[in-house]
Amino acid sequence: MNIQLRFFASVREKLGTAQESVALPDHVQTVGDVRAWLRERGGPWAETLAEGRALRMACNQVMTDAGAKISDGCEVAFFPPVTGG
Amino acid sequence: MPIRVQTEDFDLGAEVAKLRAGDRRVGAVCSFIGTVRDMNEGAQVAEMELEHYPGMTEKALEDIVARAKARWNIYDALVIHRVGPLKPLDQIVLVAVTSAHRGESFAACEFIMDYLKTQAPFWKKEQTPAGARWVDARAADDRALEKWGIESGNAEAPNGADKT
Repeated sequence: MNIQLRFFASVREKLGTAQESVALPDHVQTVGDVRAWLRERGGPWAETLAEGRALRMACNQVMTDAGAKISDGCEVAFFPPVTGG
Repeated sequence: MPIRVQTEDFDLGAEVAKLRAGDRRVGAVCSFIGTVRDMNEGAQVAEMELEHYPGMTEKALEDIVARAKARWNIYDALVIHRVGPLKPLDQIVLVAVTSAHRGESFAACEFIMDYLKTQAPFWKKEQTPAGARWVDARAADDRALEKWGIESGNAEAPNGADKT
């Protein structure tokens, strides 16, 4: 399964990337699985995407939780708590 | 339901005139404007940069207005949010709501702002004398949304752990 990754604000800065396309191994099925799989890259990925961090997630541009199922071609985003207004 | 995310400034008078133009049902218009302060969390703010998630931000704002319309008997609502570099005194956000009577537009205007603060993907980065810093989400904003019976979960890290 191929998906698009997007990162914003402090998460984007810490990871040093705003977006990338990735091919996922079969066992990665949910947004939370993507987060865990990216942590395996180590360094800032392990730290920024660690469990327990206040991190928000979106799938196809809708806020979601870790259990949301992903599908081929979808866009998964990770970003810090929002601070607009 | 007009939604705009833009770098340009806006004019309250012109926007409200457009929102209620020709609509004889309207007996109340409520508006809110958020502006840039020169102090935040003990530091002088010289400038800030507002980042958003193009596409998702507009969808989130449309969803917020739809929720307000489902909840109150309002006629129309306008949300304008600026992005890019902003300085103290600049306008950041405008919410305006029209209804027949004041109660609905007062409530819907506050609801839209409370929702926007915790659910619309915008992020502020401030320039202070100590350097640039990303603004932390406030638990008070989560509580503001909770008063409408909606759980936010924006500012709080799971299990009380550190923020990202």
